[in-house]
Amino acid sequence: MTTSSEQTAKPKSMLARAWDSDVGYSFRHSPVAIISSTVALLLILAAVFAPLLAVMNPFDPASLNLLNGFTPPLSQAEFSPDWFLLGTDDQGRDVYSTILYGMRISLFVGFAAVALGMVIGITLGLISGYFGGWADAIIMRIADVQLTFPSILVAMLIFGVAKGVTPVEYRDQLAIWVLILAIGLSDWVQFARVVRGATLVEKNKEYVQAARLMGRGALPILFRHILPNVMSPVLVIATISLALAIIAEATLSFLGVGAPATQPSLGTLIRIGQGFLFSGEWWILVFPAVTLLALALSVNLLGDWLRDALNPKLR
Amino acid sequence: MLSYIIRRVLQSVLVLLIVGLVAFAMFTFMGDPIDNMLGQERTQEDVDRLRARLGLDQPFVVQYVKFILSALQGNFGVSYEQGRPVAQILAERAPATLELALVSGVFALGAGIVLGVFTAIRRNGFMAQMVMTISLVGVSLPTFLIGILLIYLFSVELDWLPSFGRGEVVDLGGWTTGFLTTSGLRALILPAITLGLYQMTLIMRLVRSQMLEVLRQDYVRFARARGLPERAVLFRHALKNTMVPVITVAGLQLGSIIAFAIITETVFQWPGVGLLFINAIQFVDIPVMAAYLMLISVMFVGINLLVDLLYVAIDPRLRT
Amino acid sequence: MSLLEIKDLTVEFPTRRQRFVAVASADLVVEPGEIHGLVGESGAGKSTIGAAIMGLLEAPGRITEGEIALNGSAISGLDQDAMRALRGNRISMIFQDPLTSLNPLFTVRQQLVETILTHLDVSGEEADQRARDLLDRVGIPDPDTRLDQYPHQFSGGMRQRVVIALALCSEPEVIIADEPTTALDVAVQAQILDLIRELAEERQVGVILITHDMGVIADTTDRVTVMYQGEVVETGPTDQVIGDPQHLYSQSLIAAVPRPNEPRHRFPQISYGGRQTRFAIEDIARNWPRQDADPDTPLIKVQNLSKRFLEKRSLIPGKSTYFTAVDDVSFDIFPGEVFGIVGESGSGKSTIARLISGLHRVDGGVVHFRGQEVSDLSNKAVQAAFRQEIQMIFQDPFSSLNPRMRVDQIIAEPIHHHRLLSGSAVKTRVAELLEQVGMGAEAGFKYPHEFSGGQRQRICIARALATQPQFLICDEPTSALDVSIQAQILNILKDLQEHLGLTLLFISHDLPVVRQMCSRVAVMKNGQMVELQATEDLFARPKTEYTRELLSLMPRLDALQSSGS
Repeated sequence: MTTSSEQTAKPKSMLARAWDSDVGYSFRHSPVAIISSTVALLLILAAVFAPLLAVMNPFDPASLNLLNGFTPPLSQAEFSPDWFLLGTDDQGRDVYSTILYGMRISLFVGFAAVALGMVIGITLGLISGYFGGWADAIIMRIADVQLTFPSILVAMLIFGVAKGVTPVEYRDQLAIWVLILAIGLSDWVQFARVVRGATLVEKNKEYVQAARLMGRGALPILFRHILPNVMSPVLVIATISLALAIIAEATLSFLGVGAPATQPSLGTLIRIGQGFLFSGEWWILVFPAVTLLALALSVNLLGDWLRDALNPKLR
Repeated sequence: MLSYIIRRVLQSVLVLLIVGLVAFAMFTFMGDPIDNMLGQERTQEDVDRLRARLGLDQPFVVQYVKFILSALQGNFGVSYEQGRPVAQILAERAPATLELALVSGVFALGAGIVLGVFTAIRRNGFMAQMVMTISLVGVSLPTFLIGILLIYLFSVELDWLPSFGRGEVVDLGGWTTGFLTTSGLRALILPAITLGLYQMTLIMRLVRSQMLEVLRQDYVRFARARGLPERAVLFRHALKNTMVPVITVAGLQLGSIIAFAIITETVFQWPGVGLLFINAIQFVDIPVMAAYLMLISVMFVGINLLVDLLYVAIDPRLRT
Repeated sequence: MSLLEIKDLTVEFPTRRQRFVAVASADLVVEPGEIHGLVGESGAGKSTIGAAIMGLLEAPGRITEGEIALNGSAISGLDQDAMRALRGNRISMIFQDPLTSLNPLFTVRQQLVETILTHLDVSGEEADQRARDLLDRVGIPDPDTRLDQYPHQFSGGMRQRVVIALALCSEPEVIIADEPTTALDVAVQAQILDLIRELAEERQVGVILITHDMGVIADTTDRVTVMYQGEVVETGPTDQVIGDPQHLYSQSLIAAVPRPNEPRHRFPQISYGGRQTRFAIEDIARNWPRQDADPDTPLIKVQNLSKRFLEKRSLIPGKSTYFTAVDDVSFDIFPGEVFGIVGESGSGKSTIARLISGLHRVDGGVVHFRGQEVSDLSNKAVQAAFRQEIQMIFQDPFSSLNPRMRVDQIIAEPIHHHRLLSGSAVKTRVAELLEQVGMGAEAGFKYPHEFSGGQRQRICIARALATQPQFLICDEPTSALDVSIQAQILNILKDLQEHLGLTLLFISHDLPVVRQMCSRVAVMKNGQMVELQATEDLFARPKTEYTRELLSLMPRLDALQSSGS
C-alpha cells in the first residue's frame, strides 16, 4: 500500500526547494539582490580566470616595460605599439591586469579569512552554547576581551607580531597567509557569539530533547540537529564578514602592513596609486578603487538583502 | 547592583592584566632587546651584565610583575627607533588623536542617532530609502578611500581645506590643542568627517534596526491602543527602549574610533598616536607597540565601564 | 441603537500567493454592561475583528467591506488622527501577555499619568490621584508604593491588573480583551475574569472577550459569537448557544470540550469541516510486542526524587541561591495504567518528566524502571536499553520536530539510532508508521512546517512508536492545540494505552482532561506532591485544601452538562 504513494510524490531537489522557498521568491523579486549577486559573481569569476583574461602577468618582471609607464587609459604607450584599456602605472604595468590579479589576492584573502573565522567561531559557539559551564565561561571571556578591541587593530597586532617572529627573507612570501590569519582570528568572535546565542535557544527546543531522549550523543545532536538550524544567521554574518574582510585586507595593505608590492592586492594598488592622484595620473588609483568599491558594495548589498529575506519579521 | 559594579570593575582589571601579558610577551619573545641596545662589538660579559641590570635573568612572572608595575608608573621603556622614552613620545602625540576622536565621536553619535530614528520611523519613505542606500555605499567604502576622496575634492580641486597636518596648535601646559586657532579647526574638519563617517553609518543602521524591533513590541502596540499621540509613542516609549542596546554597541564603536584613527592619521599625516603605531609596526618597534596597546586598552576598558554604568542608570531591571 | 455595531465586516490580507480573507461578512452587536464572548479556534479571525475595531490592523491587512459603528456613528472609515482620539478614550484594549504589554523602562505612575493626561483635561495632581484610585480599583494593594515601581517588580496577575487600569484611564465605553487570561495560571485567571465582570457591570462598559477557551466563555460572558474560518456561524445568549447550539460547527465544538464532572470513555470529535482523520490502531496492535507484565509490580518506581536549579551564582560558593523544583517526591507507576500529574506552572510536574526520562540529572533519589536503576546516567548498557523502552510526546508540536529535517528522516532517526532495521526495511517501516497515524506515506517527503499542529503531533506519535516503547511520557501533549484537535490526539493516546498496553505518564494543568485520561492522579505544588489518589476518588473526595481549591477553579460549564452527545 505504500509503494503507490511513493511513486506519486517524489522528494523535491534542494535547488527546487530553494527556488520555491520564501527566500528564493524574495530573490526573484528583488532587483537589488539580482544585480548585486550578478556583479559579485562576475567579479569573482574574473578573479578566478585572471590568467586567461589578463593581457600580461604583472608579477612577471620579464613582461614589464618601464617605457610604457604612465600611459593613460584607452591609449597607446608613447614609446611602444602597446595599447592599454585602463592605462599603466609608473612601472609600465597594465592597470587592467593588475586589477584582475589584485582582486584575486583580495578575494582569496577575504574568503580564506572568513572561512577561518567561521570554522573557529562555529565550533567554539556550538561548544559554548551546548555544553555551557566552564568551557562557555572561558570562551566567552576571551571573546569579550577580544571584542573590546576593534578587529582591525587586532589584525594589525597579529600582523605586527607575525612580522616580528618571521625571518626577513620569508616575510613577503608569508604576508598573504599572515593576513588571512590576522583577519580570520580577528573575526571569529561574531560567529561564536551568534552561534552560541542561537544554540542556547535551539538546545532547549523539544526536538533536541527528543533526540537526547532517543539516546543520541552530543556530536550527532550538534551537527545533525542544531547546526542546520543556526545556519541562517551565520550565512548573513558570513556575507557581511566577507565584505568587511575584503575592506580590512585593503586597509591593511593600504597602510603597508598587508600584501607586499610584489604581490599587490587592491589595497596595495590603491596605496601605490595614491601618490599619483595629485600629479594627474588618476587612473592608477581610480580603477582599483572603483573595483574595490564594486566588490564590497555588491557583497554588502547581498548580505543586507539576505538578512531581510531570512528574517521575515522585518518585511 | 553594587556587586554588579564590583564584578565589572574586577573584570576590567583582569582584561587590563591580560592585555599587559600580551604586551609583555611581545617584549620577551620578539626581538631580543639586548640586540637592539648593544652594538655589534659586544662581549658575552657585556650581554650578561646588561641582562642582569634589566632583570632579564629573573623568572617570567617576576619580570611580568615588574613590567606591570613600571607601566603603572608610566614607564614603557625606550623606543627602538627614536631612542627616546616611549611615555614621552606618547604624551606629545596623544592630544592630537584624542581631539580628533572626540570631534568625530560626537559627529558619529549625533548624526547616527538622528538619521537612524528618521529612517526607522519613515521606513518606507523616499528620503529614508535614499539614506539607507547611501549608507550601504558608505559601509562599503574603506575609510582610507573616503579620506583620499575628500582630500582630492576639498584640498586639491577646490582648495578649501588643508590636506594634511593639524594646522597651528596652542600649547596649554603639555596639552597641544587645535581647537583654539582657525587653522587648527579647519585642519580638523576633513579628518573628523573621514573618521566619523563609517562609525556614523554603523550607529545609524543599528539605531534603525533596534527601533524597528522595538516598534513591533507589544508595549508599543498597547501604547497606540491607549491612544497616546504618535510623537509620545515614538520619542518617549520607543526611543528610550531603543537606546538601551544601542548604548553598548555605540560605546564599542566610539572606542574603535581611537583605533580607526590609525587609518585616518595615515591618510592625513595627522601627528597622533595612530601614525606612531603604524610606523612602529613597520619598524618592529616593540616598546611603542606595547605601550600603544596598553594605552588604548585602558581607554577601551574605561569606556566599557562607563557604558555599563549608563546601562544601569537607564534600565530599571538591572537595578534590583 | 446599540453601543457597538459591526455590520458585514470583511478584512483581507493580500499575501504572496493569494488574498487571505481573515474575516468574512461578520456581524456583531455589543450592548453597554454586556460581556460579549468571541470564540473560535486559532485562525478563526477573532483577533482580527478586535484589531479592526481599534483601527490597528497590521499591514497589509485592510477592511474591504462593511461598517463598524460606535453609538450609531461609523468609525471604520475614520482617519488615523480621529481613530487616535477614540483609542484609549472611548475604546480600550487589553492584550494577552501582561509581560510584554507594559513598557519596562517607565514606572507604572508614568504610564498611567501619561495616558490620563492624553485623554482627560485634568491637572497633573488630579491625574496622579486618578492613577492611584485606578490601581486601588483594580485591586492592587498599597497603590502608593506600587505606583513608583517598574513593571518587572509586579507578578503576572498584578501586571494584568495594571494593564486593565491603563485601559480604564478615561472611562471607555468599549473594552476589547484579547485572550486576557491565556498567559496566566488558573487561580489568577479566575480573579482577572471576576474583575473584568465587576468593572463591566459597575461602569456599564461593553466588553468584547476574545478567547479560545469554552470554560472562560461559559463562566464569564452574557452573549457569545462563535467564529469558524473568518465567518460568524452562530451568535446568541451564552446559555442558549452552549446549551443548545444550532450550527453544526458550534455543536461539535462544544461537544469536544472535556467535561469536568463525569468520566467518559472517548472524547467526542469535531466532525465539522472534514477534519476527521483515521488512526489505524488495529494495524499497529497486530505487530506490537505486548509484554504481559505483572500488574502489581511497578514499571516505574520513583523514590525521594529531588532537583534544584541554580538561581543566582555567587562568587562565594555557599552563597549561591537555588530554586528547588522537585522536593522529595516518591510514587510508583504500574504497567498499563495512565498516571496523571497535575499542578500549576512552576509546580515541578514537567521537571519530574525530565528527571524520569534522563533529560535532567537527578540531585537526589532514584528512579527504577523494571527494577533497574535508570537515574544513573553513566551506566551505558542500562541507558541504551531504557532509551528504547521510553518515549515522550512534547507540548509544542512546532518545536518538537527539527524544521531542517524531512519527516521521513525524523521518524527514521530512532530506528537508525537503535539499529532496529537497516536498508530499505527502514523506508518501509517509516511509510507504514505514517500510514498508521493517519498521515499517509507521502507525508514523509515533506518538511514539518508544511503541516498543522495536529498533524505534527501525529508525526511525533509516529516517531515515538518507531522503537515500540513500553512507556510513554506525555508532557502537556494537547495544551498548544485547538479543542477539536485535542480530542483527536487524546483519543489516540487512549487507544495506545488500551490496545497496546502502553503505560502512560500524563502531565497536564487541565483537570477535565486529566479526569478523562488518567487512572490515578498526583497533585503537585511548589515541587512537592501534596496528594495522590485514584482519579475518581480525587475528584469526589479531595484530601487537601489545595486540591479542593484547584477543583473549585475548574470552569463549571453548567450549561454544558445537558448538551453534547
